[in-house]
Amino acid sequence: MASIEKKKYSFKDFASNQEVRWCPGCDDYVILRAMQMALPQMEINKEDVVFISGIGCSSRFPYYMDTYGMHGIHGRAPAIASGVKLANPKLSVWVITGDGDSLAIGGNHFIHVLRRNLDLNIILFNNEIYGLTKGQFSPTSLVGQKTKSSPYGNTQPPFHPGELALGAQARFFARIGGNTPKDMTQLFIEAEKFKGTSLIEVLQNCPIFNDGCFTKYTDKSVREDKQLFAVHGEPMVFGKEKNKGLILKGLQLEVVTIGKNGISEKDILIHNAKEKDPTLHQMLVRLEYPLVTGIIRSYEDVIFEDRDAQLTDKVKANSSFSKTDDLFYSGETYEV
Amino acid sequence: MEIKKGGLKALEAVIVRFVGDSGDGMQLTGSQFSDTSAMFGNDIATFPNYPAEIRAPQGSLYGVSGFQVHIGSVEISTPGDNVDLLVAMNPAGLKTNLHSVHAGHTIIVDIDSFTRKNLEKALYDSNPLEDGSLNNYRVIEVSMTSLTKEALKEVKGLDNKTITRSKNMFALGMVYWMYSRSPSHTIEFFKKKFKSRPELIEANTKVLNAGFFYAETLELIPNAYTVAPAKMASGTYRIIMGNTATAWGFLAAAEKSGLELFLGSYPITPASDILHELAKHKHFGVKTFQAEDEIAGITSAIGAAFAGDLAITTTSGPGMALKGEALGLAMILELPLVVVNVQRGGPSTGLPTKTEQSDLLQAMYGRNGESPIIVIAASTPSNCFKYAYEAAKLALEHMTPVILLSDGYIANGSAPWKIQKVSEMPEIETRKKNKADVNSSWNPYDRDLANLVREWAIPGTPNLEHRLGGLEKDKSSGQVSYDPKNHEEMTRIRADKVKRVANYIPDLKIEFATKGKLLVVGWGGTYGTLYAAVKQLNNEGLKEIGLAHFNYLAPLPKNTKNILSGFNKIIVCELNMGQFASVLRNNFPSFHIVQYNKVQGLPFGNAELVEVFNTEIS
Repeated sequence: MASIEKKKYSFKDFASNQEVRWCPGCDDYVILRAMQMALPQMEINKEDVVFISGIGCSSRFPYYMDTYGMHGIHGRAPAIASGVKLANPKLSVWVITGDGDSLAIGGNHFIHVLRRNLDLNIILFNNEIYGLTKGQFSPTSLVGQKTKSSPYGNTQPPFHPGELALGAQARFFARIGGNTPKDMTQLFIEAEKFKGTSLIEVLQNCPIFNDGCFTKYTDKSVREDKQLFAVHGEPMVFGKEKNKGLILKGLQLEVVTIGKNGISEKDILIHNAKEKDPTLHQMLVRLEYPLVTGIIRSYEDVIFEDRDAQLTDKVKANSSFSKTDDLFYSGETYEV
Repeated sequence: MEIKKGGLKALEAVIVRFVGDSGDGMQLTGSQFSDTSAMFGNDIATFPNYPAEIRAPQGSLYGVSGFQVHIGSVEISTPGDNVDLLVAMNPAGLKTNLHSVHAGHTIIVDIDSFTRKNLEKALYDSNPLEDGSLNNYRVIEVSMTSLTKEALKEVKGLDNKTITRSKNMFALGMVYWMYSRSPSHTIEFFKKKFKSRPELIEANTKVLNAGFFYAETLELIPNAYTVAPAKMASGTYRIIMGNTATAWGFLAAAEKSGLELFLGSYPITPASDILHELAKHKHFGVKTFQAEDEIAGITSAIGAAFAGDLAITTTSGPGMALKGEALGLAMILELPLVVVNVQRGGPSTGLPTKTEQSDLLQAMYGRNGESPIIVIAASTPSNCFKYAYEAAKLALEHMTPVILLSDGYIANGSAPWKIQKVSEMPEIETRKKNKADVNSSWNPYDRDLANLVREWAIPGTPNLEHRLGGLEKDKSSGQVSYDPKNHEEMTRIRADKVKRVANYIPDLKIEFATKGKLLVVGWGGTYGTLYAAVKQLNNEGLKEIGLAHFNYLAPLPKNTKNILSGFNKIIVCELNMGQFASVLRNNFPSFHIVQYNKVQGLPFGNAELVEVFNTEIS
């Protein structure tokens, strides 16, 4: 890659000739545009970009990107993407998935891909509902949520994607509202830069089957007061006046107001996304007020393909076999 | 070591079976005997038969593990039915295997293991060594355990368990002497296997030699036998197991095609040995990815195929069921992929360590929608190499998934393999498109009009960016299409593409009679047993019986109808309830097709086949 010159692109270069068929008003359009804006800013050429998806509304995404892509089968995108990456580690490989695709039918692949830590990027479109099958509850739907398959209210407690991901040893986890394209674009760029599996959860509004599910956090009028956008190395403050912040009290995070009860800015927790121990990151992803967005965890670790390549080099260096004939004629053979 | 020559009785072929507890080392003992015989120049066939439990309760009837070896100075095509020599390390082994020994033949027993407790575990009311029930056999009673202990009393650093467990080498030493085989090959084997444990090299060598000398000097065995080398095509040979041969076929195909080999797999009996074998070969750049489940095994391989590797996945029946949806995806994507199913007894978990051929219809039809793909089968341990290579070649040249059927019997059996150099293998021409055309547009589903094969553009190639997917696609642009007529057309094109593969595969071979009264038809791993039975009948003067054995199952060879039409009656023999028979009836309804089936987890026996064919022909 180093020898190949980075070509210059505009967002249009990444739009395929396919008509986008998501419902009007869907946050998926925002994510698509953010990705098309982000790619020209990355250090990669178009032919080296691959989008792999599963099944669901979100998984139509690769058809709309003028890159290499595969619309796979339900839940299996992380496994397909792992195969692509292992076949050619130079590629920039993106998994596009939804809450049903990755946390229900594909739950097993989701946890194992995070555990292995290949250099992949996963964008999880979380809308807390099944959209393409028209409105059943998903593994992130809330208890009591009325859907087509839970007309009297959902009785299954939800997964919190971040909590599950960190439990599966995710090294990079970020969360972003589906209506903030600029921050989203920046997160995509950061995810690509990160060496390891990056997971970005997008809180994506489904205007048809679960409209307004994240409004209490994402609506423009409340966003600044209800969301804390975490930045590594910066104090964790939020609010229109930037006067609210987080402190650690015992084993709990607590919201405090700067200037009240003797709290000053230096009392506020400094965000350390690069900490190996995920305990505090777990607390941050579980917090409901404020909802923490931005890069919550970004811990650089050995990636699977590097460990594998090193081992391969070592085996090659110690092997007397260079062609398969060497193997076939090795050991005990006899003449007839 | 000197081998006693002269005055030995010459035999054409001999069948030896070693049986004991699953921890007694019978698999090792048997494979050492077969390897040594092969090095001596015999043709061989082996049949390991072991329980699904790793260490079943000691002495129990269901914990008996066995290894049968057929060696010959003539062509050997099966491990054989009835044994000339049974080596039984305990009462349970004797009880479960006595039916395979004809009256007058030899049984060696370790009498130290015939304790009251072991006899009870084997459900014997009285000791068969004392109650006269073995009067019709030549029984050689040996205190193997005590003799082993005696031989090792001066070796330091051995615990009791290790000492007792090396008694299998005492048995092997005796058998080596009986059939005039030198123990030297096995001693070399110890030196390699126990490189860092010199005490084990010494112990095993001592016990092996002790058994050898015991048989020679105590004159317990009245006369020894010899089996001369067999006449085989000249060349360099080695002994190979079916699963190893399969793995090596893929190595050869990767080298020949210039691609890297990717295996996505999840462990399952009896296919795991292919994963184990390929995992050893990182020096060739082989990538083995042990996935989280069967589905990730195949889908990771699909990803690797998309990105330009020679991608394979290996499994057995239950895993095949899990891979069904993904196989449909590979089929509609039209990507090259090889799926190996080492068949075992089914349905469900079934008989994991036993053989069966009951996944044929699953291979042909086990997917949603209209999704024909290529299905081929290996038929001997050594031709697993050839058919693994062929599966890779067909997948790459026709841009389609290929299922390679093997089975527990040939996968675990071993046979001499005449080594093939990669330079002697047929060329593999991939459909890779390495560069975009300057002035014409390209669509991923543009096809070669002769074979309907599309091109393979790999991510990383500039200006060939495209999207594949499981949704139906427009036949010219390759974009998603819901058009009704287009869907039917694409369905026909995909089916036609696989049908046309018949133009690229060899004709079906017919052996023995080319026309006459009875045609014996088989496929896959039953070849050896069918061949031996038909050959025997021909030798006995029944000249109107032929054998047609299929390796290509979908599509069928083009001359299939011609071959079938030469006979009054066709008998399809399978280790299932008649799956290939139904395929043939479907394709050729005018022929008189009968069937012979067995689903006991075991291969056909020679005697049963001879009897069936005799009945059918008269």
